[in-house]
Amino acid sequence: MTHNLEAITVTMTGHGGDEIEAYLAVPTDVTAVGSIVVIHHMPGYDEATKEIARKFAANGFAALMPNLYHREAPGADADDAAAIARANGGVPDERLIGDVAGAMAYLKGLPISNGKVASIGYCSGGRQSLLAACHLPLDASIDCYGAYVAIDSPEGSALRAKAILDQVGGITGRILGLFGAEDQYPSIEQNETLAAALTDADVTFTLRTYEGAGHGFFAVDRPSYRSEAAVEGWREIFSFLNEAIA
Amino acid sequence: MCTYDTETIALRASGKTAEGWRRMDSATVYFDHPVHFPAGHALMIDVRNTTASPATRVALELDADSARSLAEAILRTLASVPAGLLNDEQSTLTEVR
Repeated sequence: MTHNLEAITVTMTGHGGDEIEAYLAVPTDVTAVGSIVVIHHMPGYDEATKEIARKFAANGFAALMPNLYHREAPGADADDAAAIARANGGVPDERLIGDVAGAMAYLKGLPISNGKVASIGYCSGGRQSLLAACHLPLDASIDCYGAYVAIDSPEGSALRAKAILDQVGGITGRILGLFGAEDQYPSIEQNETLAAALTDADVTFTLRTYEGAGHGFFAVDRPSYRSEAAVEGWREIFSFLNEAIA
Repeated sequence: MCTYDTETIALRASGKTAEGWRRMDSATVYFDHPVHFPAGHALMIDVRNTTASPATRVALELDADSARSLAEAILRTLASVPAGLLNDEQSTLTEVR
């Protein structure tokens, strides 16, 4: 069913006790729901990702998307904030983990929370969703085509993303990974490396790779959108969440 | 993918922003998901005044061929400038916000 929902901008406490902006979408016709932290992609706290948060609420989950760039550019347009965050070196992993922890606490404090929280991220947020799972007691985490999970980003870049395979031993919840067969970052080989690391760490996981899709196949506002993979991917996501946190 | 490679340079320039003309002091160049240009990835240029608000920015998103053509046109133009004009007194003005 499609739930009634409310979506508003709120203030939450993030890493280091910082007060940061976040977008909250909650179903209004239920009494106990699982929650999910939505991690936006590198282009920022944008309309497309807010729409994703609302989609979770419409499907019966409370969703909270922290503005990871709020500190750099409070109140700025998403694209301006993303430009500044990039120029300043991006979001440090430690800060990301702290912000997701804050979002988890916020969601668990909602009157309708059933106490379970998942995370999901797209693109750079896919890596960050897995990173959060390595360090926080998330019940489930979803990685949508996150690059630089199995390999480091190239040397010499102002922004660096380090592989996180050495941290997956900290994962306590379930993992779902959704990838495009035509994607090179992450490639099928990199995803196989991730699968081996998760197996070695005794993590419960499912990785799906969709033929005919590349990077960003969920992004309805971009040419990379692939309806067949996206429809199947959403079905997979809600099936996973209904088992893990509903 | 969200690429992480970003070139940042200091510059002296003026740019017309949503707030009107402003002095600019920095540019970042990277290849990533565009906000508006209809492609999965594009060459992105952000020219900014780092001491002003986030909106003090001129942004450009180009496909790779266009970016190369633009870069080559800039270099050709500079190469054809008569001697003595490249560093005239206008470029020595102090920063004015």
